[in-house]
Amino acid sequence: MPPRSRLHVPSPPARPGQEPDFSYLQISPAGLVGRPDVIAAAREIEELSVQMVRVLGEDHRAVGPWNPHLEPEELQVGLRHMLLTRLFDDRMQKIQRQGRISFYIKSTGEEAVAVAQGMALQPGDMLFPSYRQQGLHVVRGRNLVDLMCQCLSNTRDMCKGRQMPIMYHWGSGKIFSISGNLATQFPQAVGWAMAAAIKGEDHIAASWIGEGSSAEADFHHAMTFAAVYRAPVILNLVNNQWAISTFQGFAGGEQRTFAQRGPGYGIPGIRVDGNDFLAVYAVTQWAAQRARQSGGPTLIEHVTYRAAAHSTSDDPSRYRPKEEWRAWPLGDPIGRLKQHLIALGEWSEERHAKLEKELEAHVTACWKEAETFGTLSGGPALDPLTMFEDVLKEMPPNLARQREELRALRDTPALPQAATPTLVQKG
Amino acid sequence: MARMNMVQALNSAMDVMLARDPRVVILGEDVGYFGGVFRATEGLQRKHGEHRVLDTPIAEGGIIAAAIGMGANGLKPVAEIQFADYIYPGFDQVVSELARLRYRSAGDFSAPVTIRTPCGGGIRGGQTHSQSPEALFAHVCGIKVVMPSNPYDAKGLLISSIEGDDPVVFFEPKRIYNGPFDGEPHKPASPWSTHPRGEVPEGHFTVPIGRAEIVREGSEATILAYGTMVHVAEAAVKMARVDAEIIDVRTMAPLDVDTLCTSVCKTGRCVVVHEATRFGGYGAELVATVQEQCFWNLEAPIQRVAGWDTPYPHAFEWEYFPGPGRIAAALKLVTEAR
Repeated sequence: MPPRSRLHVPSPPARPGQEPDFSYLQISPAGLVGRPDVIAAAREIEELSVQMVRVLGEDHRAVGPWNPHLEPEELQVGLRHMLLTRLFDDRMQKIQRQGRISFYIKSTGEEAVAVAQGMALQPGDMLFPSYRQQGLHVVRGRNLVDLMCQCLSNTRDMCKGRQMPIMYHWGSGKIFSISGNLATQFPQAVGWAMAAAIKGEDHIAASWIGEGSSAEADFHHAMTFAAVYRAPVILNLVNNQWAISTFQGFAGGEQRTFAQRGPGYGIPGIRVDGNDFLAVYAVTQWAAQRARQSGGPTLIEHVTYRAAAHSTSDDPSRYRPKEEWRAWPLGDPIGRLKQHLIALGEWSEERHAKLEKELEAHVTACWKEAETFGTLSGGPALDPLTMFEDVLKEMPPNLARQREELRALRDTPALPQAATPTLVQKG
Repeated sequence: MARMNMVQALNSAMDVMLARDPRVVILGEDVGYFGGVFRATEGLQRKHGEHRVLDTPIAEGGIIAAAIGMGANGLKPVAEIQFADYIYPGFDQVVSELARLRYRSAGDFSAPVTIRTPCGGGIRGGQTHSQSPEALFAHVCGIKVVMPSNPYDAKGLLISSIEGDDPVVFFEPKRIYNGPFDGEPHKPASPWSTHPRGEVPEGHFTVPIGRAEIVREGSEATILAYGTMVHVAEAAVKMARVDAEIIDVRTMAPLDVDTLCTSVCKTGRCVVVHEATRFGGYGAELVATVQEQCFWNLEAPIQRVAGWDTPYPHAFEWEYFPGPGRIAAALKLVTEAR
């Protein structure tokens, strides 16, 4: 038989009922990967895209040239932010299950990405997150009540009831509006960074994309524009192994690491242990310094694991082993930073339990406050007539007419259609 | 015959076609092992193999472009775009390529691609999971645009789409996947199992593309609707106590002008209904067509009932949704005009 072509259809190493298998994952020992000068030429540091930058060793000590040498107080702040992010996620998921919000997306298992990066960047740097970086808001000091009110679409909702839960934005906190469509923010961050350079500012931009949505053309647009203009931007690819039901092989992760795409565009690619708080902090600091010194963009691949379902509409037990997260070789970012602090003599199980209790109480208090601004089933409600605002800066005549039509309809009891909103579960 | 909801009917259509025609392939995000986020392709990969039911990278432009290449090379691809709101990265491939390949090559090349995509609101999906972009596609010459309103039509129209030689954008109103929805969110949902059009042949059959259907005969007015709005129109007729004829347009392009205009010429009054935004919406095409064909029979200005000209707001779904109350008011307006 002469040879003939046959399609390769990627298949994950394990499906439900099978043993988790992460043997495909190439992991460098902590401390072994070199740290080049921040203005090194991209072609000279290509090995960073294949290796994995790691700082925290098996003994929970920080080792090697990437150790950012943070003060214990800073590490404790990082731990606090990650823990708060996780407890907030857990609470919001429960609240969704009770039917009190329509939808939610957790970031469980990948908190180090948003938290360590948020801490390594400057307050003036502009962030373009995807929908799993709520830790950025936590780092920048956002009141959780604001996030909760967005999820509730209530009278304090920053989106005025227009967006699904978790599609936050924060202009004054320099966190861009989340669209809900995938990957669109990636090239926009490049444009923001280009503008900063055009205006002669020192700020840089950072954006986050999942490995799954890196298949979108927007990823290519971002890389090309960033490379051509050497825009001061950090492009983060969060490889959490799963895009709903498709594993990272379907995004092209089988042949090359995602970080290796960087050198293809002339951009440094750094592959980092995304569950190692110190390593994520260090590579972000490196990329930020590079960007601020006209060194241009960096692509960072964060190797992590999506411990939660894609969203509350998803059921991962249908497509991956239930125990997969426990078998994940890079562990839990919170547990690892906690153990590091304990090894330094700067933390203890007792202090951790106390902090957890304190943060739990904080989340509870925030939720109680958020509910006073209205819930899906009661309390104060947004005026539906506000839906006609902000389509354009000035309301055009067709919308002004439609607003009056809805007002009349609402005031006519014979037509019950424009009644109070009712929750219908998605999915 | 079997009882099917709309998802099962679509699944059955693809199953029948995969079995009948070796050229048929299914592709899309999460459609393979997982069976699709709305379960429309459940079990198909297991049954027909992973070379015929393909999971894809998350790239709608890539999915549609690859489907065009497959179609040009003799296959009959059925591409799923997970939500109609996600179709825009593939819009260039639809408008500039899929719709024009036959024309620009004078028939030398063509791509019989079917693009299935769930549309419409009412599931708390906010502005990125609720859109009805049928007008954007109906405006493009060189593709057919279809939207069924029940399981029977869904299966028959999908088989027709796959069997045809032209590209089809096939919109699935997701709010009625599990049951007809009359626009009253406070009432308990009713299932397809009690609806006559929930009865669907298990094997092969077709419903022709390009034909509208009279779903309720009447004499006092004509309602032109499609998708979810067919059921909402039925509720509105009861509410307004008007003997209106309801026509399910079913195919936006090519349009069954005869069925629509024969009805309006008979009743002399017309209400056009859709869930999509009003301005430049597909209703404008319907109104223009009716006006051209029925002007001398019209007794009242034609009314349009549609979504407001804003993105679909998460918190105000039911204020946004053109429910039976608004349609009933429009019916009163056209029937009371003298």
